[in-house]
Amino acid sequence: MISIQGKGVSNGVAMGPLYFYQRASSTISRTTVSDTAAEWDRFKAAQAKAIEQLGELADKAREEAGDEAALLFETHQMMAEDLDYEESIQGAINDEHLNAEAAVSDTAEQFAGMFASMDDPYMQARSADVKDVSSRIIGILTGAAQGGIDSPVPVILAADDLAPSETVQLDKSKILGFITEGGSGSSHTAILARTMGIPAIIGVGNHIKAEYAGREVIIDGSNGNVIVDADEATRRMLVAKMEEQKKAREMLERLKGLPNTTKDGISMKVFCNIGSPDDVLPVLQNDAGGIGLFRSEFLYLNCDDYPTEDYQFQAYKKVLADMEGREVVIRTLDIGADKQIGYFNLPVEENPAMGNRALRICLNRPEIFRTQLRALYRASAFGKLSIMFPMVTSVWEVREAKKMCERVKDELRSEGVSFSDDVRVGIMIETPAAAVISDRLAKEVDFFSCGTNDLTQYTLACDRQNADLGRFFNPHHTAVLRLLKMVCDNAHKNGIWVGICGELGADLSLTETFLSIGIDELSVSPRAVLPLRQKIRETNVAQVREKIIQALMSDEQPD
Amino acid sequence: MKTFEYTITDPVGIHARPAGILVKKVKEFASTVTIAKGEKSVNALKLMALMGLGIKQGDKITVTVEGDDEEKAAAEIEAFLKANL
Repeated sequence: MISIQGKGVSNGVAMGPLYFYQRASSTISRTTVSDTAAEWDRFKAAQAKAIEQLGELADKAREEAGDEAALLFETHQMMAEDLDYEESIQGAINDEHLNAEAAVSDTAEQFAGMFASMDDPYMQARSADVKDVSSRIIGILTGAAQGGIDSPVPVILAADDLAPSETVQLDKSKILGFITEGGSGSSHTAILARTMGIPAIIGVGNHIKAEYAGREVIIDGSNGNVIVDADEATRRMLVAKMEEQKKAREMLERLKGLPNTTKDGISMKVFCNIGSPDDVLPVLQNDAGGIGLFRSEFLYLNCDDYPTEDYQFQAYKKVLADMEGREVVIRTLDIGADKQIGYFNLPVEENPAMGNRALRICLNRPEIFRTQLRALYRASAFGKLSIMFPMVTSVWEVREAKKMCERVKDELRSEGVSFSDDVRVGIMIETPAAAVISDRLAKEVDFFSCGTNDLTQYTLACDRQNADLGRFFNPHHTAVLRLLKMVCDNAHKNGIWVGICGELGADLSLTETFLSIGIDELSVSPRAVLPLRQKIRETNVAQVREKIIQALMSDEQPD
Repeated sequence: MKTFEYTITDPVGIHARPAGILVKKVKEFASTVTIAKGEKSVNALKLMALMGLGIKQGDKITVTVEGDDEEKAAAEIEAFLKANL
């Protein structure tokens, strides 16, 4: 068994014969031409053809991997008709009497060299783009065939590095995973592999030897392992991992695109909780309907000082744009308690869970709040935004927060900055106080989302961080469930929706209860979306509702 | 001639994709648009030259617009930069 360590950039396990990518020959002939005008026409024709092909690739990529992947090829189109690039090729043909192939090749080297010498790794990686565009044009000029996979069975594909146009042209049914010698996590191979859901491992260097071709390899994208000729135990372990993954994928295939509707036609929204803009991909891959909780704290935790409005704006905008019009609920700053940040200079508290945290900090320090709200409203122009305030106990807090929103909107309006008129404002229900006065709170906001972790902690007077309280900390406690029912009833009386964004949302043993009491939305981690969808689709609420509600409200039900 | 300054806020700077969209935007106008960072300046229609400036977050760029539609072009390009970069 040979074990090689690379860097996993796309998750999953795959097993199959190793195959080295066959690249079309790139040797070109250098000749001197006398009819430079005709040579220039040859180039222009090849350039037009390349732009046409790139347009087709953009369409294909859009179908397979979305707009982001398509834009890449559109950028390539623009590189192919870049004025300086053209000018340099024209110069080589006219002044040096070079044939078009050599002129393109020289120009490609020159531009790739420019990018490679920049001090920014992102820009350095762009030299591959220039080379890719250029070899396409050269390929058209020489009539060379495109490289590909010549194997009757699907393979693990190894290459030095794959250009984006190469990855998209590959026959996907023949590829189980990628291994590249070089590359980076932001290379196009990595990005495309992730969007296509195929494992990819980069940076294996020269450890992957030509003599391994055709032998069985297993790659594990979660840890970057490449195993050639695995021993029995390793093989069994990885095959089990693969089976598990296959089951999850089958579930996805089976349930993707289906509504979260019960047998008797009751619909539940199933959304996701995320902590940073990078988490959007698994949300989309698991076919969630939106984002029910985007914790904005990471923006503050990642910084050494208060994050600026623009920095926040970019992060919110990215999530909203990536979600392509699906609802995104962003929770305003929720620090304090178990999440402390040095530069906030919060005094040490005896009992931080009941102290200066979340909305309380925002109302006490309006400048911090204002910056975040400005960033949020500016971002609202790029998608469907809902804003949610955490840790509410009184109506006046909500009114004060809403007043702040109005002030920010007035400011933006007077500055001529655009924002959406269609932004919903909601609150977390995570204190018993908020649950008990949810009838009043419901008149102030557009939605509720129940934070069951805190609601349990405060209702049961059980510190959620204290492991010794295990059997006392019971989120299934009747008190918690009755509060949830009460919140649902009050919300529906006032025509607003209720969600759950705590861990309880993914607890399948409670799904029937949530459906019965009328929860409208569950926001869970991406991997919990499809199991939840399955559970909802198997449930017939009419058959269980009465029994569940009766048990919940009965004076005989044990705690 | 219209000139304005803008400080890049996008964490990655003017990388390939936004540079591409910017060139597309500039193409909509008849005016000549020049983007300068420090001493170096380039024609904003030239994608690779623009990328070659290596403009990063926090960099201040100077945009110069000259031509028949310079008023409209300058306003729209400024709005574009604010929204995307």
